[in-house]
Parts: sequence; C-alpha cells; structure tokens
Amino acid sequence: MPSKTSDDVRTPLRATALDALKIVVVGGFGVGKTTMVGSVSEIRPLSTEEVMTQASVGIDDASRVREKTTTTVAFDFGRITVTPDKVLYLFGAPGQERFWFVWDQLFAGSLGAVVLVDTRRVEDSWYSIDRLEHHRMPFVVAVNRFADGPSLDAVRDALALSPDVPLIECDARKRSSSKHVLITLVEHITRMNALSAPESTS
Amino acid sequence: MTPRPIDRENPDRLYTVTGGRTRADENAFDSVSLIVSECEPAPGMQSEHVRILQLTRQPTAVVEISAELRLPVSVVKILLRDLLDTGRITVRHPSAALQFGRPDPETLRQVLSALQDL
Repeated sequence: MPSKTSDDVRTPLRATALDALKIVVVGGFGVGKTTMVGSVSEIRPLSTEEVMTQASVGIDDASRVREKTTTTVAFDFGRITVTPDKVLYLFGAPGQERFWFVWDQLFAGSLGAVVLVDTRRVEDSWYSIDRLEHHRMPFVVAVNRFADGPSLDAVRDALALSPDVPLIECDARKRSSSKHVLITLVEHITRMNALSAPESTS
Repeated sequence: MTPRPIDRENPDRLYTVTGGRTRADENAFDSVSLIVSECEPAPGMQSEHVRILQLTRQPTAVVEISAELRLPVSVVKILLRDLLDTGRITVRHPSAALQFGRPDPETLRQVLSALQDL
C-alpha cells in the first residue's frame, strides 16, 4: 500500500458516538481476515500494533516467553455504525500463539469471534479454537473457500468442533457473504446469552 | 497502510514519547474506549498530545488513535492517561466490556439489524 498518510481519507465517528462494541476475526496468515473486515467495513481497514505488557505475561502462559523479549502483534480493524450512539469495531487478528498474550489487553469484552479457516491448513485454527473456548468467547467457524476441499462435516471433524458451534462456508471478498458470517455469529451469541441467562431479573 | 513493525522502531523514540513509562493503568482505557478532547492544544505541548487533541475533536477510539499516530496501543494509553489526568480529554467507556462481554439483548438486536442493513 502507498505510504501516504491516512489523514486524507479519515472518516471520524459521529459526535453522538457513545459506546463501541467489538467482534474479532481470528485466522492464520493469508486466510482472508483483512479481506473480510474490509468487505463490510465503512472505513478502509486501519492497521496498528500492540506490545505485550508485563502485566499480561502473568495472565497467560508465561512459560512460553523466553526472557523479557518484547512481543508485538500487528492487527487491523474496520468499523460499522450500529446506531447513532453505538459503533461496532471489527478486528482482524492473527491466530498464532503470541497473539493470545495480548487478547486481554485488546479484546476483553468482545461480543464474539469468527475463526476463519483455510481448508488447506485446518490445523492453523486448532490453537485459536482452544483459546476461545478457554476465554469462554462465543465463536463461529467460517471456511473461506479458495479451492475445492473437504466438506464441512470433514472440517468439523478435523477441528473437533462441538455440534453447537456454527460452521459455515464463506467468500470473504464478498460483502454479502461476510455479512452472513457476522449475522450467524450475532445470532449464535444471542442464543448463547439466552441459554446462560442470569437468574437475576426474570 | 503498513505501520513500521515495532521491532524496527527506534526504542529511544518510544522511551521519549512516554517519558520512560512502560505501563498505563490498564483499567483506564479499553482498546475501543472513545476519546473526546475537551480543549485545544496549547503551545509547548508534546507533539503526540497535540495530535491526539486534534484527532479527538470528534469521538475517536483508542485503536484509531494508535493507527493514526503509528504507536502501539499501550503507548497511546500512557499518552491518554496524561491528558485524562489534566482534564484535557473525556472518555466514553464501552458498556459491553464492563459487563464481561454480555451485552443486553437490545444491543444484540441493534447489531443484527445494522448487519442486515449492510
């Protein structure tokens, strides 16, 4: 991409924006995370990075950190206006191990996640699925089809996905398809919330 | 846009930007807290603070400030802490984060509706 500043294309939020929500798209390198974010975002995806703070070392699996090296994770994001006062941020995040060290720093409080899978490298997703389950984060799995490959049933087996996790096909380049993935996720979150409804107000 | 990887960043620059601090109060800002400036930049202010006050004339999420300034999110949080402590910005915290990711059903309905309208 050209190195010009993004000032000239920057679209600010509305002055009435009060509350931001997050959904994270997790997947291996080249699986189409940025493409998916870009296909539904109102702004051209922005990228930035985070460094792992000392605080998060103790939270996750610190034994995997050798010495005190700085861990950096690049990620990108776009956004969708929900209401005049609510905005949804969509993050594309790498699923590799070091990414999970910054999960709490960046993505605590996310509504849910999409695990984007390339059927040629299904095993890239194992770790992400394990971590999302660990964080009790609702998620759906979307297969971004690049070529003919295993059926969804075969993918479900390969990922050892529980039957209640939605698994769908998508074409991340197409807005309608990415939109369908996100709708599937939000419907899934709604169901999960209803199932685990607090005993409080009834 | 491809920001410089932090690995290749000049460590002195990050040290100078943050005055040598390495941590902000993690609870003060979420990655999508919306920041709003409450004043105009004043002469003599650190250039990063000036940029933040300019950017946040309209509400701006912490991650967007990070992308615009090409600084890691946690470095931006340290800069924001200074501005918050001196009353130069206000913060609109995300409500979902405070409820451990359990948004109310109405919020989910609104998100669903916004997605369907895409």
